[in-house]
Amino acid sequence: MTAVASAGPGDDIVVAEPRLRSWIRHAVTTTWLLPSAVLLIGLFIIPTIYAIYLGFTNLELLGQYAQNYSFTGTANLQRMVHDPTFWLSVKLTLIFVIGSGIVAQTVLGLALALLGQRVNVVVRASVGAIVILAWVLPEIAVAFVWYSFSQAGGTLSHLFGTPKSDLLSTAPMLVVCLANAWRGTAFSMLLLSAGLRNVPGEVDEAAQLEGAGYWRRLFTVTLPIMRPTLMINLLLITLATISDFTLIYAMTQGGPGNQTAILPVYMYIEAFQFNQLGYGTTIALTLVIIGAILSIAYIRQLRPELKDTVS
Amino acid sequence: MTSPPRSLKGEEVPAGQLTASEPGISAPAVIRKRFSLSRPVLNVGMIIIGVIFLLPLLWLILASLNPGADDTLSLPHPFSLQNYHLVIHAGAGAAITNSLYLAGVSTIIATAVSTMAGFMLARRKIRFKGVILVLVLFLTGLPVTLLLIPTYQIFVNLGWLNSKFYTSLVLASMSVPFSIWLLKNFIGQVPTEFEEAAAIEGASEISILFRIVIPLIIPGILVSAILTFINSWGSFLIPLVLDANPADTPGAVGIYQFMSANGQVQFGQLAAYSVLFSVPVIILYLISSRWLSGGFSFAGGVKG
Repeated sequence: MTAVASAGPGDDIVVAEPRLRSWIRHAVTTTWLLPSAVLLIGLFIIPTIYAIYLGFTNLELLGQYAQNYSFTGTANLQRMVHDPTFWLSVKLTLIFVIGSGIVAQTVLGLALALLGQRVNVVVRASVGAIVILAWVLPEIAVAFVWYSFSQAGGTLSHLFGTPKSDLLSTAPMLVVCLANAWRGTAFSMLLLSAGLRNVPGEVDEAAQLEGAGYWRRLFTVTLPIMRPTLMINLLLITLATISDFTLIYAMTQGGPGNQTAILPVYMYIEAFQFNQLGYGTTIALTLVIIGAILSIAYIRQLRPELKDTVS
Repeated sequence: MTSPPRSLKGEEVPAGQLTASEPGISAPAVIRKRFSLSRPVLNVGMIIIGVIFLLPLLWLILASLNPGADDTLSLPHPFSLQNYHLVIHAGAGAAITNSLYLAGVSTIIATAVSTMAGFMLARRKIRFKGVILVLVLFLTGLPVTLLLIPTYQIFVNLGWLNSKFYTSLVLASMSVPFSIWLLKNFIGQVPTEFEEAAAIEGASEISILFRIVIPLIIPGILVSAILTFINSWGSFLIPLVLDANPADTPGAVGIYQFMSANGQVQFGQLAAYSVLFSVPVIILYLISSRWLSGGFSFAGGVKG
């Protein structure tokens, strides 16, 4: 009854056993998967489905609709479409994702990765450590540091040559973007350094023998080879930035006057300050849809490379 | 320490937290010769970026040691630990203990559960395995903001609000999808030869698991545990919404409340609070990056 199974990686490794033992094996497998399944179904799948329902209800945190809420069809959607703050929030979210995430973090991270190839080892290690330290710091600590930095008389205000103005009220979006770029650059730096290391030196040398200068080689050889890494970097940064809450909320609470209320912050304000849990869920769902569209766009861009690597 | 940051599978891992260690790169010498900007200029450029990145950190540390700190970068005279004393007695101590509870409990739950699932997904034939894995990967991308309101509503109905334990349970579940992937890949890397050899020698399945597999994947378990701990430690929105009990306030929420408390912002004390709150995470990061860049190769155990 015992036949040796040909074991590929990930396949069953031992042997095909008598029926009773294989039944036990099956039971063991299920038991070991069960706790994760319970957690993920209970705290991910069910809440997600529940969110899709709640997004179409008039549920409130307090008051008459806290208990007796009902399905209201597209009322929340109509409200959202006609809500100027929502559209402001969408705009701010895009500024935040593109400005601080895609542009600042990627450009700075790439610059640091490229510089890292050529500078002194001590310089590279110490600057790298500082940049990584900014990234490892808890988000709330980052929020506090940048909050203090941008106060009237704060160091950032001095650097900007306007020591008397509170930058969080005069240029709030700029400050939160800077804070997020400061915090997130290390991620791009690490990912892109790894990507640069995988660029084969021969290709670059060949281009060099043909007489191509540094910048030309960078843009026509190195970066195209690194495209998959760059796209993965952009995808992950986008997903992380688009759902960021702590940094902005702790610094500004979305203010002054909703000027930094990106979608997650606006969701929180509507749901837990104005008690509109149903409407808040609609905003959260919209956020997920925006994130999904952007992810699909990135992944479509990646597809040719993925095919190349597989074949 | 210039070993390249690599993932457990030797490829770039989506969550870059894994690609630890310094951005060390050794370029071919030829490139340097032709490069138009000279090396000193590049060094200076990198140092300038480094100084800009350093300024906020420097302010934080100096302000925490300065009882009269304000929002301007200045040297404290004299250096003093007074801020630390004050802030620990003003609630930072209790809040950090709460953070320890939340992060500790969620780490234990998430790591145990994900190790079990990761092992089975890596080693056994499971129906719909591909679908399960894709679904779990999809869950890693789902933002907390979507889950927050339904979870809150479920907690209201179950009477689970304002409980440290149930809050940790949510924090644990947030880390489970990523941990499953991490551990599944990690366990998949361990050659099956060890297990086969043990099976041929007649070892039972349970003893293979505990005596062969678990010791081999301890680095992976530790990395997963540390990443979960760091995430739960810093988490702000979930405890803010799910646990309003003042006695349960973790450090992240405590710093926020201290910041937005009425009256003059206590820059020095808040800086000390932030440093206290950051140190454990920094230490854990250093430990995990050691593990990650150490290159735990299994090749040594298998010949041919």
